[in-house]
Amino acid sequence: MSKLSVNNLSCQRGYNHLFENLSFELNSGEVLRISGQNGSGKTSLLKIIAGLNTPELGSIVFEQSKSNSEKYQLETLYLGHYAALSSELSCIENLEYLTNLSTEIISPNFHTALEEVGLKNYEHELAGNLSAGQKRRIALSLLFISQSKVWLLDEPFTALDSNGVKIIENQIEKHCAVGGLCILTTHQDCNIKNLKEISL
Amino acid sequence: MAFRNPSSFLNPLMFFVISISLFPIAISPDAEILMNIAPGIIWVITMLSVLLSLNSLFHYDYDNGVLEQIVISHHSLPLLLLAKTTAHWILSGLPIILISPLLGVALFLDSESIYILMLTLCLATPCLSLIGTIGASLVVSIKNSGMLLSLLILPLYIPILIFATSAVSQSQFDLPINGQLYFLGSILIFSLISAPFISAVALKIGME
Repeated sequence: MSKLSVNNLSCQRGYNHLFENLSFELNSGEVLRISGQNGSGKTSLLKIIAGLNTPELGSIVFEQSKSNSEKYQLETLYLGHYAALSSELSCIENLEYLTNLSTEIISPNFHTALEEVGLKNYEHELAGNLSAGQKRRIALSLLFISQSKVWLLDEPFTALDSNGVKIIENQIEKHCAVGGLCILTTHQDCNIKNLKEISL
Repeated sequence: MAFRNPSSFLNPLMFFVISISLFPIAISPDAEILMNIAPGIIWVITMLSVLLSLNSLFHYDYDNGVLEQIVISHHSLPLLLLAKTTAHWILSGLPIILISPLLGVALFLDSESIYILMLTLCLATPCLSLIGTIGASLVVSIKNSGMLLSLLILPLYIPILIFATSAVSQSQFDLPINGQLYFLGSILIFSLISAPFISAVALKIGME
């Protein structure tokens, strides 16, 4: 049973205290939705959990590894606000690049991943020529490749149509069914089993 | 990637060629004068054009979120940055080295000095990229940081400028230049070893 524990986290941006002494635990199979108003610190919290930013105080531990260790970074997959795509690269090149950066999988199947998110014939299309929703789908196709246990998704449903949202919700449920865990922020309603919620 | 968007590396190179070829027009076409100032001109313009290309080193990746993925990757960040710096050098330093003999001839440098000029460029342009990466990492989250970047980086470029130009001008008078070349070599080795680590720390600070 894997467990992600966040202990006494505090974050400050400028003179603004976003949150103080925030603690929670998330067990495998659970999804946590962070809710809150704009500017309440949802993205900052996710970035801290992803290891991008260091917290003012507190620590994050997953299976005995701390958030700045290499093992922790292999176990987490963070998809941020932006789709993290280079517009000069094709869909499949972008996906290869992101996969190499975030996982250690040898010869993953990129074509199936792109097919799953409905971009079957776009493999060699430059990412710069795609719409915002399609770009988001490329980034999210990483969810069909990654073997990381902890998924950190910042507004994953932005720019997606209802069909796309459903595909991703299903994938998150599948991930949790095999023992993964997921933290996401969204303003939309989502229909995911075992959904816990905290609000900032 | 750069070949799909050629302006990213052609712009600094064009800047290099155009500004150097303006000097004979503006100052004097006299061979004697040009020969004396050629090392300085070529080296100052090299520095400025590398500085010009440094601005775009991280900004693009930062804006579209790729840089976040690079920072949280399980691969070693200094190593990834070294790869990025090498790519930057191939696109900014290497074209300058390749085109410098032509511009040397245009400024009436003799063949021996052109050879020394290329040697100093080979030794020192990697340093420019390596040291530049540190500055670019620090100012990554600041919009329009060109001025700040120049202020941060140019002082660190000055020793390279001094040794490189003095090597080329002394070679014109057949004076020994080993000392300068050794200094440039040691700056290269020092920056090769330390710059990726400093950049990695700077990038983490810059991203916050």
